[in-house]
Amino acid sequence: MDTFEQLYKECLTKNKTIYQAAQENMAIEADISVDKVRSFALKSLFEMKEAIRSGLISKELSMSGMCGQDCYKVQQYYKKQNSMFGKLFEKIIEYALATSEENIRMGRIVACPTAGSCGIVPAALIAISEEYNCSEFEQINALITAGEIGRIISLKVALAGAVAGCQAECGVASAMAAAAVCQLRNGRVSQILNASALALKNVLGLTCDPVAGLVEVPCVKRNPFLAVHAITAAELALCDVESKIPLDEVVDAMGQTGALMSPMLKESSQAGLAVTKTGLKVQKQVFD
Amino acid sequence: MKKTTLFDIISPVMIGPSSSHTAGAVRLGLLAKHIYKNTPKKVKFTLYNSYAHTGKGHGTEKGLLAGVLGLDVDDRRIKDIFNSDIAKNIDYTFSYADNFKKHPNTVDMVFDDSMFVSGESVGAGEVAIRKINDFNVKLTGRYNNLILVYKDKPGMISQVTNLLQKEGINIAFLNCDRNAKGQEASMIIEIDGKMNTSIEDEILKIPDVYFVTYVEKLEN
Ligand code: SF4
Repeated sequence: MDTFEQLYKECLTKNKTIYQAAQENMAIEADISVDKVRSFALKSLFEMKEAIRSGLISKELSMSGMCGQDCYKVQQYYKKQNSMFGKLFEKIIEYALATSEENIRMGRIVACPTAGSCGIVPAALIAISEEYNCSEFEQINALITAGEIGRIISLKVALAGAVAGCQAECGVASAMAAAAVCQLRNGRVSQILNASALALKNVLGLTCDPVAGLVEVPCVKRNPFLAVHAITAAELALCDVESKIPLDEVVDAMGQTGALMSPMLKESSQAGLAVTKTGLKVQKQVFD
Repeated sequence: MKKTTLFDIISPVMIGPSSSHTAGAVRLGLLAKHIYKNTPKKVKFTLYNSYAHTGKGHGTEKGLLAGVLGLDVDDRRIKDIFNSDIAKNIDYTFSYADNFKKHPNTVDMVFDDSMFVSGESVGAGEVAIRKINDFNVKLTGRYNNLILVYKDKPGMISQVTNLLQKEGINIAFLNCDRNAKGQEASMIIEIDGKMNTSIEDEILKIPDVYFVTYVEKLEN
């Protein structure tokens, strides 16, 4: 299955969910059992939880010293003051920061789909699972659903900031997370695809301009932003709000936008935030 | 190129922060070690371009050394590899250079002053070894590979492929190169499935084959 339209038809005609179709396909492709596919996903899920656990209790700075203590700050604040959006919102922000800060301090994370965007899917998936007491079975279903969304997107657009900007990293992670959340909330196939389309559509054009060429600024904080963004997309989709542009076409638009994006804004740190007065000053401090 | 699978999207489990500059570096070191067949006593790394400029902030040096020492991309020891026990008996140096003819993420490695390997981290954690000593190669760690260096003369390819055929090994891809002198040639054979390492010895028995090594694909 190379397009979302094909995936949708397959699910509709054979009365399957996305994760069922995806795990069966993966099993055939790798010549392994569906159980093996699921245990692979379980390992990733386990490592995602481990990364969150370690990230929540660390204050260690990154090698550049730019990032590493935001998750701590957020937790301190929430100890005294509830989030305006309630506990679930707090968790999403904390989990996303915990994971992406683990990444920049050379902790162990799951690239999902990339290392820079590693906090988005776990934060949304695991926070929602905890809130609604979703079983491990359901969590694996959600992760496989997210993976399938990323896989089909990657057949058209390489998931790399250097190729298509951050829309293809954090943007795609958000589309994957939206699908995972929609699956956890028992969304229909059409709603899941809509959730991804809504999330992705809203980040088209997102550039990749990391300060000093490091996966830190703006990457770390972009993770909580886009995890929350994914929930918005999932909620809209669950309410049957539809993306007027189908997911396949949104992906085409993302590919075209990425191709038109200047190479200076694609991970080369030659424009944007990287060359702001402060960005350049930080770069000098880090490398001189 | 291999099509992305579901597994690629929800993995690898890796030490951060960068798939190209950290995980890719580990893989390059690991492939070089596999080509060499041993852990070297001494290794000289030269990092180029983006690897030279932003390597420090990404743990690229740590990743390279960890790979050479046989660690996988998800090994927590990578972070503190310079102080780790397993790095005690290896003598390593790093130098840095710009060469814009090379890929932005390039590293040269010299093992025990005797083997030269050059590799590139081409994105999303994918890597390629592009040079072994004088030979141009392309080794990605995605497949099981057989690497040969032999005297450049007619009939060598068929001798090797016949031998593999006899052993029931299917060749997925074969690539040859001659070095500048035109006396030696190299062959990289990607094979389906696994190969018994005893076949290496068989191949080495073919007259004028100087060097054979079998490099299995990387697990992660
Ligand atoms: S800004 Fe660039 S480096 Fe940072 S997460 Fe996005 S794509 Fe990756």
